[in-house]
Amino acid sequence: MSLAAPQARAGAHAPGQSRAMPRLLIGLAVVLTAIIVVVPLVFIFWRAFAQGWASYLGNITDAQTLHAIWLTALVAVIVVPVNIAFGIAAAWAITRFRFPGRKLLVTLIEIPFSISPIIAGICYLLLYGRQGLWGPWLAAHDLKIMFALPGIVLVTMFVTAPFVARELLPLMQAQGSEQEEAAVTLGARGWQVFSRVTLPNIRWALLYGAVLCTARAVGEFGGVSVVSGSIRGQTNTLPLQIELMFNDLNTTGAFAAASTLTVIALIVLIIKAALESRR
Amino acid sequence: MSIVIDNMTKSFGGTSVLRGIDLTVETGELVALLGPSGSGKTTLLKIIAGLEWPDAGSLTVHGADWLRLAAQDRRIGFVFQHYALFPHMSVRDNIAFGLTVRPRAERPGRAVIAAKVDELLHFLQIAHLGDRYPAQLSGGQRQRVALGRALAIQPTVLLLDEPFGALDAAVRRDLRAWLRNVHEETGSTTIFVTHDQEEAFELADRVVVMGDGRIEQIGNADQIHDHPASRFVAGFMGATIELPVQMHAGRAEAPGLDASRLPRRALADGPATLFLRPDDVVPVADPAGRWQVTRCTSNGALLRIDLSDGAVQIPVDLPRRAPEARGLSKGSRVILRAEAGAIFPAMTTVPGREATPGAVTAFPRKEKSL
Repeated sequence: MSLAAPQARAGAHAPGQSRAMPRLLIGLAVVLTAIIVVVPLVFIFWRAFAQGWASYLGNITDAQTLHAIWLTALVAVIVVPVNIAFGIAAAWAITRFRFPGRKLLVTLIEIPFSISPIIAGICYLLLYGRQGLWGPWLAAHDLKIMFALPGIVLVTMFVTAPFVARELLPLMQAQGSEQEEAAVTLGARGWQVFSRVTLPNIRWALLYGAVLCTARAVGEFGGVSVVSGSIRGQTNTLPLQIELMFNDLNTTGAFAAASTLTVIALIVLIIKAALESRR
Repeated sequence: MSIVIDNMTKSFGGTSVLRGIDLTVETGELVALLGPSGSGKTTLLKIIAGLEWPDAGSLTVHGADWLRLAAQDRRIGFVFQHYALFPHMSVRDNIAFGLTVRPRAERPGRAVIAAKVDELLHFLQIAHLGDRYPAQLSGGQRQRVALGRALAIQPTVLLLDEPFGALDAAVRRDLRAWLRNVHEETGSTTIFVTHDQEEAFELADRVVVMGDGRIEQIGNADQIHDHPASRFVAGFMGATIELPVQMHAGRAEAPGLDASRLPRRALADGPATLFLRPDDVVPVADPAGRWQVTRCTSNGALLRIDLSDGAVQIPVDLPRRAPEARGLSKGSRVILRAEAGAIFPAMTTVPGREATPGAVTAFPRKEKSL
């Protein structure tokens, strides 16, 4: 012991290595984080409140901004549950069954990660738009997909499709199906197996995936900007509204709206951190 | 009133896992499926459970066609090698699971379930663990909980897949005796899978030796040990020395071999293979002997001797105080005297098995367990 102790201390600080290097690196990381992340965030709120509370509230409660907030929330409320259902179904199918095209399905699920959202938006436009492939048929049946809520929802779904499935896949792969088999031998029916065995095992990953999916659905800009048409007070989501106000040189309004979006993002982030600490 | 499996086959992809299984297990019997990994024993167990489905063949339990029944309706208790306990439920809830998932009309009341769980906890000697979670239990305790969960539904058949495979030796021996007691007290028909001979013979009424998707032999320890039904069983049971011999009037003959102590066999004259255990061969000193001692080590009780005839090496175990051991040392010339062994006709007459080139193969000595 008496021999080992000084060696251990020497090992913690190898000779010839100064304390300056670690400090320099840590300092660099702090400065970069501040410049890249913290300062812009603070700046948003600083600009939003630049003309005082009254002006901020006025900007937030502006009819068009309120509508944009409502529309954004509506899109998230539609998209996230659909994605949860899709994510569970896909992860279940991929991890519990062997079927032809299984690998292809895994790749397909990942595609939205690698494709720029604006490409997705344009694809939908070319399919569902007035001049698009199915445009005449849709017009004949008086169905409006583009420049309306369905288009926004579709594109947001496309962009956020992988989030839940990607969280569940590795977990369910690792867990295997023995617990489910055990439940089956004990007499549990399909739904009982899912709700009493599978779901409790994946609940944290599922919540985590849902949180990420929500954050993305709320913040999506590129794809939505193509298909929404940016009709003020009608098809403008919050990110689009911010851009419009910014282009109108209404910086305070833009920053006020941006602060709302940031608060949503921060709440999501806090939920995520809380979930991670519980896992 | 029994489990009857008839001509069952199963393959995964292009690989045959079961190649025609016929097996009958009587009610109340404790049967072991023994075999190396890949012999199809776990697949057979899972088919009985309803977790796998055969390609052909039938499975009849108490006269009912079980291949028409879903796993949920078979009422089997299945114990997994790695327990497969539900980690988010307490021990109590784990054991109660099979009762709480029953349709409302058949489900016992809460108090009845709680009483049943209490009874099982006591019976399995884990009464103090009821409120713990699986992560807080040792391997042996988890296995007891897994068995309790399976027993709670009063299964027609209890199936255990390598039940002690993941436990250390002391716990394993302990649980083995305990499982035997559980079986005797519940009287349930029990089938368990293992690759451990000692476990199979100690625990089971009958042992089914499986190899490569077939049943090689069914019997008790002595039958299988003394009269292996096939080359595979002989090798699997530790007869790892294979010597090429010529059959002559029912006796095996080979240079440097004295097989006169083996009983006569009803085998045609011609080439055959003699399977021997390292402790069933006695080296007898003979200056003109064909075999030479190349290594001789002692562990106090046993001499472990490696013999060579210039081409092959065979290991032999001999009690150190045996008269034949006197004077043996490296370089001694000996002949082999076979005390017991199994003889099978040479490879060409046994279809479907791959021949071992040279016929004499020296396998590593089978280590004696402590």
